[in-house]
Amino acid sequence: MNGLLHLWLIPALPLAGFLINGLVGRRLPKALVTTVALLTPLGAFAVVLGNAFGTFGGAPAATLPLVETFGSWLNVGTLHIDFSFVLDQLSLVMLLVVTGVGFLIHIYSVGYMAHDEGYARYFSYLNLFLFFMTTLVLAGNALVMFVGWEGVGLASYLLIGFWFEKKTAADAGKKAFIVNRIGDFGFLIGMFLLLANFGTLSFSEIATKLTQSGWTGGLITMIALCLLLGATGKSAQLPLYIWLPDAMEGPTPVSALIHAATMVTAGVYMMARLHVLFDHSPFALSTVAVIGGATALFAATIALVQTDIKRVLAYSTISQLGYMFMACGVAAYSAAIFHLMTHAFFKALLFLAAGSIIHGTGGEQDMRRMGGLKKFMPITFLTMTIAVLAITGFPPLAAFFSKDAILSAAFMQGELGKILWFVGLVTALLTSFYMFRLWYLTFLGEHRAHAPEEEGAAVHARHDTRLTLEAEHAHEPHESPWSMLGPLVLLAILSVIGGWIGAERFGAYLAPSVGTRTAEAASSSLEWTLTGLAVFVALLGWFIADRMYRTKPESADRLATSMAGPYKLLVHKYWVDEFYGAVVVKPLMATSTYVLGWVVDKAVIGGAAWLLGGLATFAGALLQRWQSGNIRSYAAWVAAGAAALLLFVIVPWTSVLANFGIHLNMAGH
Amino acid sequence: MNSFFAQEVPLSWYLLLSAALFALGIVGFLIKRNLITVFMSIELMLNAVNLSFVTFAHQWHAVKGQIFVFFVMMVAAAEAAVGLAIIIAVFRVRATLAVDRIDLMKL
Repeated sequence: MNGLLHLWLIPALPLAGFLINGLVGRRLPKALVTTVALLTPLGAFAVVLGNAFGTFGGAPAATLPLVETFGSWLNVGTLHIDFSFVLDQLSLVMLLVVTGVGFLIHIYSVGYMAHDEGYARYFSYLNLFLFFMTTLVLAGNALVMFVGWEGVGLASYLLIGFWFEKKTAADAGKKAFIVNRIGDFGFLIGMFLLLANFGTLSFSEIATKLTQSGWTGGLITMIALCLLLGATGKSAQLPLYIWLPDAMEGPTPVSALIHAATMVTAGVYMMARLHVLFDHSPFALSTVAVIGGATALFAATIALVQTDIKRVLAYSTISQLGYMFMACGVAAYSAAIFHLMTHAFFKALLFLAAGSIIHGTGGEQDMRRMGGLKKFMPITFLTMTIAVLAITGFPPLAAFFSKDAILSAAFMQGELGKILWFVGLVTALLTSFYMFRLWYLTFLGEHRAHAPEEEGAAVHARHDTRLTLEAEHAHEPHESPWSMLGPLVLLAILSVIGGWIGAERFGAYLAPSVGTRTAEAASSSLEWTLTGLAVFVALLGWFIADRMYRTKPESADRLATSMAGPYKLLVHKYWVDEFYGAVVVKPLMATSTYVLGWVVDKAVIGGAAWLLGGLATFAGALLQRWQSGNIRSYAAWVAAGAAALLLFVIVPWTSVLANFGIHLNMAGH
Repeated sequence: MNSFFAQEVPLSWYLLLSAALFALGIVGFLIKRNLITVFMSIELMLNAVNLSFVTFAHQWHAVKGQIFVFFVMMVAAAEAAVGLAIIIAVFRVRATLAVDRIDLMKL
């Protein structure tokens, strides 16, 4: 098995990197930390590549899926869960993305985090993330996947709160962790239901049983919806998306790797992995599709008015993930994974380019204070342009193919599908607009670094990262070092060619893992019309952005004032955080403080403890009078005791009591 | 008259005497203040027990009871030696033998 097997190496290498850098990294020289941090993901990537070539080249269908079992994990009664890894087409694609993009972002981080005190800590977390993510992807059953699932959540928490001295960062980490718990609750319940009804958590066995039994209806829907809740948490969909924008408090490479390219796609991956369940429940599928469509549109509208460059990208990520959900919802899993892959390329690129901008401008994140950066950082400008063109879906860049696949798949899926297609098209228009808005605001026009801060609208500006300290001396924006530009260029190339394999061939390759869609194929003329429309709205979005931010820069403000209501709604992100705060957080806090804290803890538990203590004290106070220290009183008690004993022995109690009509039930009576 | 003296003293009389002596000992122990009197009351109780030992030994023709009496006497003698020494030492330090005053343990 040339280069095959040894799947365990894929997560084990990053784990080793985590252990080395995490335990002794602070005492090691920086060069060694860097070497360890870069070599371990590179090694993992090499193993994945070896496996990929082994399967692409040889006899692909025969060797996949490849199962590696490392012994039994749980063996209780009929319950039998192995610690097993599965390599099939789906996990192979995911692994290539995770380790490949992950490795590039590791390189980028070397430049980005060069001056940070927590250099070793940062890389140990990043390696830890790769360990858990590869475990998640390779998992052969839901329990192993859950380990990875929780683990990436942990890594995400650690990295969002990486600059934990900053309260907003620490809070954002907690928020991400807690919101994800809600989703994990759904995942757990789904697993329990699977165990109870299928008796197994192994993906392949579930698929077999489900196909054989042909179950449909309530139970499957229930399981699928529970899993969907888990997916919405991890993949930042409505209604649990709120943690992702705040997750931008973490270092920008982290935003690129975890909160754009890989971890947030875990929900999509999970649904593709368990697609059999969703396929057996039309209702759950429609729910997935509606959530995806709604999220795509919802997040795109918010992204229109954000001024923090990373927040625009965060909402864009949520919106793109919505596309993937939409694809899953119309059972076009291969399209979802296709978009997942291309999205990983161009969104990582967008974030890394944004990171390069932030790095080059000394920690500036507010787009209103950027502008004209084209001449300062040409390579960043070039790669960012490619990324913007890629995400907006210009041919022949990556998202043109993958978004088109999703939209046409949706269009073919009945009436709901038509609505979703329309929503997707509008979202594409919005996407194009806000991406070109970002592009114009950052790179073109005048440099506005010293523009006076506008009052009121600056609420969301966050330009207080540590990088400020480091680049204080640099007054002029400057281009980033090559350790950062290299990954940018590579990702730019991937963003261009990532879609060239084509949805058809990609779907055919993934078919053994996720099945083939049984929808009617679109006629080629319809196909061309749909594609043409998608490109048209992308151009339209560009045109509007061009009008508003280049030719007539004052028109944007005019629009904002003339439509003050909707504008305010968007700037405040529909007040969803405030809504959750009032409906969920406040009541919870109040319940915790008053009911649990005061009534249960202080009154009931504290009261019980106080009562017991008081009783003991009281009894002690009474009994201490016995221990008078007066020898004669002791002697008197001894005498009294002896007298009582005598009385007990001498008096014939049975007959005495019998006189009073009391009969003791003695033996032999 | 002869028959009266020829009769053995009944067992119960001895036991009653023993009980009376023991009760006197207890009462003395409890109500007397002087340490030496208290000490004597303890001796009285011991000897009350001795009496009942001898009585039963005689009654059942068992020598064990009499042997026990010797043991008790021996221990009592040792105790008297030690106890009187302690009492003298206490008197030297506290200049009193009233048990109510020798009550350092009292709360």
